[in-house]
Amino acid sequence: MSHLLELRNVTKVYTGGTKAMDDISFSVDADKRSIIAVAGESGSGKTTLGMMALGFLDPSQGQVLYKGKSLPDLKGADLAAFRREVQAVFQDPFAVYNPFYKVDHIMEVPIANFKLAKSKAEARRMMEDALVSVGLRPEETLGRFPHQLSGGQRQRLAVARALMLRPELLVADEPVSMVDASLRATILETLSKLNKDLGVTILYITHDLTTAYHVSDYIIILYRGSVMEAGDVDAVISDPKHPYTQLLIDSIPWPDLQRQWGQQEIISTDEDKSVASRTGCKFAGRCPHVMDKCKTQRPPLYVNSDKQVAACFLYEDMASMPGEELGGLFKPRAAVAAPK
Amino acid sequence: MSDGSKGQAVLRVQDLDVQYYTDAGVVYANNQVSFDLYPKERLGLVGESGSGKSTMALALMRMIHAPGKIAGGSLKLADTELTTLTEEQMRLMRGSEIAYIPQGAMNSLNPVMQVRDQLIDTMEDHNLNLTGAQMDKLVSDALKAVELDPSVGQMYPHELSGGMKQRVCIAIAIVMTPKVVIADEPTSALDVVTQRQVMQTIGRIQQEMGSAVILIGHDMGLMAQFVDRLAVMYAGSLVELGSVKDTFSDPLHPYTQMLISSLPVLGKRGIFKGIPGITPLLRDLPPGCAFQDRCPQALPVCKTVSPAYEMHKPSHWAACHLYESAPVKSGVKA
Repeated sequence: MSHLLELRNVTKVYTGGTKAMDDISFSVDADKRSIIAVAGESGSGKTTLGMMALGFLDPSQGQVLYKGKSLPDLKGADLAAFRREVQAVFQDPFAVYNPFYKVDHIMEVPIANFKLAKSKAEARRMMEDALVSVGLRPEETLGRFPHQLSGGQRQRLAVARALMLRPELLVADEPVSMVDASLRATILETLSKLNKDLGVTILYITHDLTTAYHVSDYIIILYRGSVMEAGDVDAVISDPKHPYTQLLIDSIPWPDLQRQWGQQEIISTDEDKSVASRTGCKFAGRCPHVMDKCKTQRPPLYVNSDKQVAACFLYEDMASMPGEELGGLFKPRAAVAAPK
Repeated sequence: MSDGSKGQAVLRVQDLDVQYYTDAGVVYANNQVSFDLYPKERLGLVGESGSGKSTMALALMRMIHAPGKIAGGSLKLADTELTTLTEEQMRLMRGSEIAYIPQGAMNSLNPVMQVRDQLIDTMEDHNLNLTGAQMDKLVSDALKAVELDPSVGQMYPHELSGGMKQRVCIAIAIVMTPKVVIADEPTSALDVVTQRQVMQTIGRIQQEMGSAVILIGHDMGLMAQFVDRLAVMYAGSLVELGSVKDTFSDPLHPYTQMLISSLPVLGKRGIFKGIPGITPLLRDLPPGCAFQDRCPQALPVCKTVSPAYEMHKPSHWAACHLYESAPVKSGVKA
């Protein structure tokens, strides 16, 4: 089985001692193209994970592999291919543009870099096709300056740039958090189409579980650098197993008058940064179901079903799964092997 | 309060016009905005960026600066007409009668001042003639009210988490128990759990103080969970206002209808319904209704006549020609 992207026991410690990622492993299959959400609050390590996947950061421990090759070792043609095949869309549609260039610039540069077009006309056609596929009208977009476009248009243009390069993997870090509600649906739909029609695997990094639920197939819930729960997005959102996921989902303000938020008591969120370095469960301090062993031992991932795992001792009578096998969950229906 | 039409309004906004005079032309940021806010009420104000909602908040505080100007209309807080106050009189109203929690408030704290001094600063500025001990008591009460330990008073902003900083900003806004608190996206930078805590804090304090809250934002989920009535702005105008139940279950204006059907709800995974098109520029509004070119139900009249903002169902206002045949009662605005 080949992996498109694989993280092997990745730990990232920033200068100053912040452990942003703590022994995280997962893989994305090369032949099953899905949208995987990486969700968590600020400080959960989700953006660090995205930066790793893009090769912008090197792990302190562990390895990040793209198509089986370790990222820092990529050279020459492999590196160029990686740069083309792995694209990013970032949070702030205002910050990614240079205000002095027309917006065409962000599309012309990669075309020139990767020698994608043989002529100017061909380049222009590529740009126009990409714009049309994200629902922008080329004549209203090309030739303009960034400030002449709305936030939603700019964000879709960033997606258009990415898809023009025919990527294999798109890392979308909070692509809709700065976009108005009325435009969010359009951008999410674009991402979804990119996945379905062009077979692009998407890592959708977000703190917003409502959009994660909406757009993705699978989800990984991170808390202070560790995986708390993962699996099929429908299963995790409708029946969360980990007490942290339960708290998160209970706190989602659903735009639905029938669903009252906040049925669950919130236990002090006093930020205890040292928690992350302790040996027990990172959520132990805030968990309503905390047991003695949670404070001393790190719970492994327990297999709740073939679609869902949770790192919580409440499920310790179930089979556990080594973190390295997390990627096995992100598959259509195929039962996850549950080694005893 | 589910029925906002009872009692004497604490804030009455009538025909508010706010304009910015730029080199590119006049920007019509608020056009004929009218609504009433009742004591203890939680009013939500939603709209896309650039729809004029933050401008309205600033106008209510009389904090519109040049090249902007309140070009017309009236703002009545209890019995005081705010638009005619001198700047000094208005300064004394701010914080004590009407308070504002700005967007990204947590970045508005002074990094080199202790939290306590930033709270006292507001009070000293209002010539309350309090003794040091009285102020200390108020500071500690305000911090307790936002569920912070009074020892936070001795701390500097960098020692606090995002949620704690947001609470400090709320404490500053409520330390003098204002009648109206305007919160402009108070939780947009916080994660969902902290957001819920902060909103619950705002709700509880509001109950205790008996103040009215205007919550500005674009998170319809937060609105559904928090407010009593919802106002929807589009391109500088109020297009709909009604109880949160009415606006969610029976939205009148096509923009509100599309906004609500674009929302992600449980059980409808993978269905996306955006609103095609873009908002017109506020300096170049078309004649007629500003939503006409994105509206699937546009009538010929929408291209020429701007729809009046009227009550079309009991306590449910909208500005749309679709309902003009049968207004319940015109002339009364809330």
